[in-house]
Amino acid sequence: MITNTFDVIVIGGGHAGAEAAAAAARFGARTALVTHKLSTIGEMSCNPAIGGLGKGHLVREVDALDGVMGRAADRGGIQFRMLNRSKGPAVRGPRTQADRQLYREAVQDILREYPNLTLIEDGVEDLIVEHDRVAGVIGQSGRSWRAGAVVVTTGTFLKGLIHIGEKRIPAGRVGEAPAIGLSDRLYGLGLTMGRLKTGTPARLRSSSIDWSGIEMQPADADPIPFSFLNDRITVPQIACGITWTSAEVHAVIGDNIHKSAVYSGAIAGRGPRYCPSIEDKVKRFADRDKHQVFLEPEGLPGSEYGDTVYPNGISTSLPEDVQEAFIRKIAGLERVEIQRFGYAIEYDYVDPRELTPDLAVKKLPGLYLAGQINGTTGYEEAAGQGLVAGLNAARFAAGNDPYILDRSRAYIGVMIDDLVTRGVSEPYRMFTSRAEYRLTLRADNADQRLTEEGVSAGVVGSKRREAFHVKRSSIDAARERLQSLTLTPNEARAQGIHVNQDGKRRNGLELMGYDAVDFAKLRAVWPELSDVTPQVAEQMEIEAQYAGYLDRQEADIVAFRRDEDMRMPADLDYRAIGGLSNEAKDKLSTVRPATLGQAARIEGMTPGAITAVLGYLKRAAKKSARG
Amino acid sequence: MARGPSDTIIALASGSGRAGVAVIRISGGGSAALLKGMTRLPTSGTGEAGGGVSRETSSTFPRPRHAVIRTLHDDQGGFLDEALVLWMPAPHSYTGEDVAELHVHGGPAVVEAVIGAALKTRLCRIAEPGEFTRRAFDAGRMDLTQAEAIGDLIDAETEGQRRQAGRLYQGEAARVFEGWRGLLVSAMAALEASIDFPDEADIPGEINLTALEPIEALAVDLEAALGDAGRLASVRDGFRIAILGPPNAGKSSLMNRLARREAAIVSPIPGTTRDVVEVRLVLAGYPVWVADTAGLREAADAIEAEGIRRALTRAEEADLRIWVSDASDVSRETSSTFREGDLRVLNKADLLNGDSPPLAGSEDVFVVSARTGAGLDPLERRLAQIVRDRLETDEAPLVTRARHRELVEEALAAIERGLEGARIGIGAELVSEDLRLAARALGRITGSIDAEDLLDRIFSQFCVGK
Ligand SMILES: Cc1cc2nc3c(=O)[nH]c(=O)nc-3n(C[C@H](O)[C@H](O)[C@H](O)COP(=O)(O)OP(=O)(O)OC[C@H]3O[C@@H](n4cnc5c(N)ncnc54)[C@H](O)[C@@H]3O)c2cc1C
Ligand SMILES: Nc1nc2c(ncn2[C@@H]2O[C@H](COP(=O)(O)OP(=O)(O)O)[C@@H](O)[C@H]2O)c(=O)[nH]1
Ligand SMILES: [Mg+2]
Repeated sequence: MITNTFDVIVIGGGHAGAEAAAAAARFGARTALVTHKLSTIGEMSCNPAIGGLGKGHLVREVDALDGVMGRAADRGGIQFRMLNRSKGPAVRGPRTQADRQLYREAVQDILREYPNLTLIEDGVEDLIVEHDRVAGVIGQSGRSWRAGAVVVTTGTFLKGLIHIGEKRIPAGRVGEAPAIGLSDRLYGLGLTMGRLKTGTPARLRSSSIDWSGIEMQPADADPIPFSFLNDRITVPQIACGITWTSAEVHAVIGDNIHKSAVYSGAIAGRGPRYCPSIEDKVKRFADRDKHQVFLEPEGLPGSEYGDTVYPNGISTSLPEDVQEAFIRKIAGLERVEIQRFGYAIEYDYVDPRELTPDLAVKKLPGLYLAGQINGTTGYEEAAGQGLVAGLNAARFAAGNDPYILDRSRAYIGVMIDDLVTRGVSEPYRMFTSRAEYRLTLRADNADQRLTEEGVSAGVVGSKRREAFHVKRSSIDAARERLQSLTLTPNEARAQGIHVNQDGKRRNGLELMGYDAVDFAKLRAVWPELSDVTPQVAEQMEIEAQYAGYLDRQEADIVAFRRDEDMRMPADLDYRAIGGLSNEAKDKLSTVRPATLGQAARIEGMTPGAITAVLGYLKRAAKKSARG
Repeated sequence: MARGPSDTIIALASGSGRAGVAVIRISGGGSAALLKGMTRLPTSGTGEAGGGVSRETSSTFPRPRHAVIRTLHDDQGGFLDEALVLWMPAPHSYTGEDVAELHVHGGPAVVEAVIGAALKTRLCRIAEPGEFTRRAFDAGRMDLTQAEAIGDLIDAETEGQRRQAGRLYQGEAARVFEGWRGLLVSAMAALEASIDFPDEADIPGEINLTALEPIEALAVDLEAALGDAGRLASVRDGFRIAILGPPNAGKSSLMNRLARREAAIVSPIPGTTRDVVEVRLVLAGYPVWVADTAGLREAADAIEAEGIRRALTRAEEADLRIWVSDASDVSRETSSTFREGDLRVLNKADLLNGDSPPLAGSEDVFVVSARTGAGLDPLERRLAQIVRDRLETDEAPLVTRARHRELVEEALAAIERGLEGARIGIGAELVSEDLRLAARALGRITGSIDAEDLLDRIFSQFCVGK
């Protein structure tokens, strides 16, 4: 049946859009994904890799909520590596290089599995707004579609402007037209917006690189999948190269720095400090005589992108001739052929303080934003937001309450809270250090933290739910068994485990708290543990290793939730609260925090202001109780 | 009437009782209207004097922060007083709100009449205790430590207390706490960089023990500050002296002498003082509590035994102990718990007939007569000197309040756990967690907690990013 009425319409088929559409569809909404080109759904605009530190956590969380990204990465991943493998479990970050084509196809295949999701090729020019709420979208083709809620995930396309040296090309990505009409509509809503920038390096022809002298970094021997639904990776794995810039390279860049779009002052938007262009690095860290460059193949040998290499570390907006000159001074790249030059791109973003924690636009009911449009950068950040926005758009269309993840539950919650509370001053990227409850919010336990929640929120399908329940009962069973199996200090010593001779029996979990004791050791003591799967065994080891820390963190989380449970009325008039400075009133009125905890996290908010707000809320509550 | 912080408050800001001048303070949105009413200005229109040159007349509203003379009237137009009036509009006032101060003649009747007339307008209400400061704090005009210090300043009775509160108020303590927190954030930046940017060439991979050296030093500082905290608590809460000794040595008499009043019962029956009796005095500008205790001997009954137990506890807690014995009968001395630094008093010198008791003449042994007062001056001088030596120092007072102390202790415990962990080689994420908890505890003293700090540090110290 052909229809032009939906519950949810998602604009943009990038990483945010794909998750938003899929999440809305899983909730049961009649969903449409409208994007410029169906063939670029799931396209990686930049670095062909998924995951990383902090980012890998986001992917696992998206997966735990039954999202697309983890499964697609498992099908497209060609160089799985667990980052920080030698460090503690909380800070390990799963990452993989991805074959661009395999990844994109995987995303498109997964989206096609949802029967209630319609994919539409068109550019959206405008929103339909009726009775002060969003009612649909209008395409460039002149067609229009109606919907109860709309999610905008247009990435870098809003008034996108590419810079290469002095050249300026309006574009969303190289070779793709920007979105102008939609940007005007958002300005028309009175949303606070700004400009940000990011950059990408040149792409190199792999066969023109002299690989002979280049150090290679192989994939992990035992690739660990992203998705909790997969137990192994079947895609062939490749290695990537590591080379270095040199003083000579820096000299070329230094001599031409005035020609860089960034340094000539042509770009107004702010770029990310953690992803500096090579000209930034040369300028800001002048004492360094070399910088690392990873040579990352964009595809499996022989495939569509098999001959393309992404040189990670030298993003630039220098003119083409300078790019070519400095790149060819890099070891191994002396005769390299450049397939496409690097560029910087400037684009509009919406100040995320315009949003509530379910990613709804405060000023226009029914409108949701996710991804780079909210000032973030990265596929994983986009995906996490997309899932939350798509789910909440569907819940809104169905008349349900929003579903909100807070900072103590997920990296996704940390990210969204940072965005809607503090806004952004540079493209926002996830790091593990942003998560104060990092020891609790691990990549390995994302499913235990979120899948059950996702079931009640309506975003987890039955297959995932059942798989999770099986895993959870085996974890519970293993935990119980470990708690019931005990050794006296003497018995332990007989097994080569040295503990205090205090006469106290210790159970399996307690014994694993000792450095020298892992699950394999326990299995040697109690052979009946041999049926515990490696995943479950790992969970037990981590719980034992972090035991005391997790307890302390739990206490911290309880305190955090107290403030998070103090909800602030959406219509609270901050002007009416006495004892608040004008500055505090302004900040609170801009952010309109959903909870007292969020209010306290607003930049520059003083404890005094929070006490005043709290006092006001308490008095208001008392008054309304008196009637 | 519903009491919200948005309403306007009034109170006598200076001390009560007869005085040359009394200051009445008004704060809140209704201050201007109230002031206009009481000075008989039309309540509509701004009435504000224009540029700085316009002449002040009694028919203009006072210029901000300029002292002017105005006649105050009640609602019937009756004369109340002629007052010096100060107008300090928001936000540049103590509370951050519109504030008016009325300096009136200091008789209780005048004050009562002015405040009464103000209340009658229903434009204001009487302030609750501490409400002006509370509003200043709420408006972000000061941080927590400063707000606490104001309370201390107002409560300060002695010179030592005033100096200490003053330093706290000037934000000196807050700066030190922030400095400590800064050290933690710096050290964390190194750990976090190795966690979040492990592939970067210039970032050390393993836990960098040199990055933790400043934290070792910080732990020492925190310990010192907490040790110091005992001294500073004494400044706030009083230096404690316990008077100890056998029954009937004259302990209670000595205390009464020091207090110059009859605080404790003096009696010839041994064991009369059964509980601890305390008097408060000021020595060298510091508050001092002197505790008289039950005599130490084999107890005759359960009640006396309890008294003795309490005496010993008090002796243990005291900053200084004075051991009293009967100079004419030193055989009954109980000096088993005599400690270095304690004072010894040989009482009843009047009964000695000129004999010199044993130990007399040695340092910190005082021969006195509680009955005649002989020998008390040197004792009091020595006490004042000890109090001054122990409480006075040029260092900034840091940890003076129980709330601060608890948080510093929490921080220190976390730091010690983290340092120990780093030594035995636990993961960087665990060391960092302990430092985070420590930084958070310190941040809670002044109220600033911020995760962005950390990333700022990382990006300024290292070249990161591919
Ligand atoms: C040049 C460049 C360099 C980058 N560098 C990095 C980097 O170094 N590190 C990093 O982590 N991330 C980088 N990124 C960011 C990363 O690509 C994005 O953060 C991520 O792809 C954002 O996902 P998204 O879903 O928000 O948007 P996108 O992936 O950009 O997807 C937007 C989608 O919306 C569609 N669309 C846009 N407007 C309309 C419209 N009006 N109607 C219909 N469809 C529309 C587009 O066709 C596209 O499919 C870079 C991006 C670019 C472009
Ligand atoms: N002659 C004389 N008698 C004293 C002196 N000080 C205390 N006394 C007496 O000794 C008795 C016990 O004194 P008291 O202060 O109650 O002693 P306490 O039991 O140590 O508290 C009382 O009768 C006092 O009057 C003193 O300096 N000279
Ligand atoms: Mg007595």
